[in-house]
Amino acid sequence: MESAQNRLQAVSRLPWIWAFLAAFLVWLATIIFTQGQGSAQILSAALSFATFSVIVGIGQMYVITLGPGNVDLSIPATMTFAGAVSMKIMDTQDAMVLPGLVIALGCGAAVGTFNFGLIRALRIPPIIATLSSSFLVQSAAIAYGRGIKIKPPPMLAEFTTYRIAGVPLLAICVVGLAVLMGVVLHRTVYGRSVTAIGQNQRAAELAGISVGFIRFATYLLSAVLAGLCGYLLSGFSGGASLNMGAEYLLASIAVVVIGGTSVAGGFSNLPGLWGAALFMFLLVTMLNTFGLSAGFRLILTGVIIVGVITLAGGRKQS
Amino acid sequence: MSGSQNIIIELDGVKKSFGAVHALQGVDLTVRGGEALGIVGHNGAGKSTLMHILAGSLSPDTGSISLDAATSDWTYSIGQAHSAGVRTVFQELSLCPNLTVIENTRIMHPEIRGAGWRKRAEEMIFSKLEEVFPGSGIDANDYVDELPIAKRQMVEIARAFTGKDGGPRLVILDEPTSSLDAHMSEQLLSHVRAFVSAGGSCILISHLLNEILTTADRIVVMQDGKVVDERETARFDRHSLVEAMGSVVDEQTGVKVTMSDARTGQSVPIVSSGFHEGMKLEAHHGEIVGLAGLSGHGQTEMLVDIFRNAPRDRSGAGSMALVAGDRQVDGVFPIWSIALNMTVSSLRRFVRFGIINGDEERRLAEDWRGRIGIQTPDLDNNILSLSGGNQQKALFARALGSDAQIILMDDPMRGVDIGTKQEVYAILRNEAAKGRTFLWYTTEMNELEHCDHVYVFRENQIVASLPRNELSEQKVLHASFEGG
Repeated sequence: MESAQNRLQAVSRLPWIWAFLAAFLVWLATIIFTQGQGSAQILSAALSFATFSVIVGIGQMYVITLGPGNVDLSIPATMTFAGAVSMKIMDTQDAMVLPGLVIALGCGAAVGTFNFGLIRALRIPPIIATLSSSFLVQSAAIAYGRGIKIKPPPMLAEFTTYRIAGVPLLAICVVGLAVLMGVVLHRTVYGRSVTAIGQNQRAAELAGISVGFIRFATYLLSAVLAGLCGYLLSGFSGGASLNMGAEYLLASIAVVVIGGTSVAGGFSNLPGLWGAALFMFLLVTMLNTFGLSAGFRLILTGVIIVGVITLAGGRKQS
Repeated sequence: MSGSQNIIIELDGVKKSFGAVHALQGVDLTVRGGEALGIVGHNGAGKSTLMHILAGSLSPDTGSISLDAATSDWTYSIGQAHSAGVRTVFQELSLCPNLTVIENTRIMHPEIRGAGWRKRAEEMIFSKLEEVFPGSGIDANDYVDELPIAKRQMVEIARAFTGKDGGPRLVILDEPTSSLDAHMSEQLLSHVRAFVSAGGSCILISHLLNEILTTADRIVVMQDGKVVDERETARFDRHSLVEAMGSVVDEQTGVKVTMSDARTGQSVPIVSSGFHEGMKLEAHHGEIVGLAGLSGHGQTEMLVDIFRNAPRDRSGAGSMALVAGDRQVDGVFPIWSIALNMTVSSLRRFVRFGIINGDEERRLAEDWRGRIGIQTPDLDNNILSLSGGNQQKALFARALGSDAQIILMDDPMRGVDIGTKQEVYAILRNEAAKGRTFLWYTTEMNELEHCDHVYVFRENQIVASLPRNELSEQKVLHASFEGG
């Protein structure tokens, strides 16, 4: 009896369920409107595009979990920078695919280190530090890429768009990445330290956690994942362009929040990232399918997101 | 019994459960005008829950509350309690940390409004602080989060006694002296007596039985959510009170261990920057070193400083662990379960191939739950489901369960009951005998008797160094006030 009660409590503590439920309902509404036409294609596309939101969402989630004031606004610029640099160096040669990946991750690591340097050494609040560094990084990307769209190596393009029975290979890999990062969050000293810091930074320090190192590692992680995302997205969309990261600033934060992670820190939710990312894509698809005007679409997007967050948040408190 | 007239508040058959925990199992309680009522009992006996019900911040599952002999068939609420002149000082302080003392005073008194409210609120709180704690040195313009915990507690207490038309009628004090030193506690208790003589009422909850015996008119003993005894104070003495609580060991007759006076053993490395003036602190393997003096004279700062300067290996694991006294600010992770709170400093030991071994982690938590007696049906429950004293036990378990060889303790017995204290003292002795070193800041004089060596602090300096055979209350007090 008691365990049944516990299980009920456990389910009510799963705010990410709402994100998946919302995604499902939006998808249902769309295919009812189209009378079942293209239902599988919509799902397949949703998986493809959600993948990129999830990659940067994971990094953003770890950063936000560090507690109030922690957010990484440099994700779009880092994506663009890593995409441009790696595409140019690979120069469409298949042999350079792996070195290109290393370079993209290295670009991310450099930005992450720079971000934390600003936060730690100059004591700038993270929101300002990552915002200002994003201008620098974006400028570097413009100077380096000269605004030309450089094509990816064919092998990379093939990999990022490959589908197994309609399911994107990349999505499968990123589900694996999400599972891995879930394990890291709950079952490693690093993950526990992140959630401890997010709840009470002073108590974390006095419990023997190296707060500075863990925060550094987290900003590094976020930037490296942004670098990875820039690399993969360049392959997926036929090259690195200078505004390729733009929509991922809000997307990375939205999937974290809709996915049930606490904005106040200390509590994060990995499965919710997937639910939220699918929801965000399917929502736009639905509104497009309905043929609404652009203004209406934006209003409805805002209203529905607020609704989902309220629902998920309300459940959490009860 | 002094007649049934003049009853301010009366509880009848009040029950309250939190999930599987039955915090109150049918409590009857009356408070009369002009009396100080003492409530004693072990951690988890239900005292704090009872206070929350009196304050209106929790409503009982069953049972009734009547105010001025008028049974409330409506729901008793915080607002009603407040307008009836019932004020509560909770164990977990309730001041807003980001506001000044003045602004916190204004929150409690919405009637202070219009131009010049700051001035009036300042006068109100300042005069009350001077009345209760003369010479406290608290500036009403200070932000609460910049005040040390003792001063925060003083502000909270003084604020509860403020008010127009003669102030409140009933003030409930839950462990009010837990962060105060002997001098401040004395000031508070004499103020309580004066308040009661003037016709006010007080409920005083404390684990320090001397405070209860000297201050209360009547004493209620609680155990497992029930009132098990109730007498006029004159009909209790220390021994019978301890007996009524069901404790086996009295704090005065606790086992005293004789030990050698000479400081043998290798000294342990302790680095503390910024405390170069005054005497140097020294600790040896297997020693319990006491840090004494009035509260807020640099003891906590020194412990934190020593902790921060502790040598750590590359992975961040330290040779020191700290037991926080200000548990909300320095100790508890409020979202986590009890078990996660207990194991956070020991995780490295359970790592295999980068992953924490859940079974071993669980075993540590269960082991310490038994050894230190944490009262909960399930260690997976949220840490905040525990009473304050039990949360403190979890923090003890966190430090003692780690492999740190030096344990720093920042007045860690706040809100811990006598029985548990005795158990913890025994564990400390035992651990010290195995070679662990303890640095123990305490505001309770009788805890110094468990120390091998005592340093007295005054104005952020060590002013006296007392080996065990030279330790006496007079010496500590003398050094605290005038320097050694």
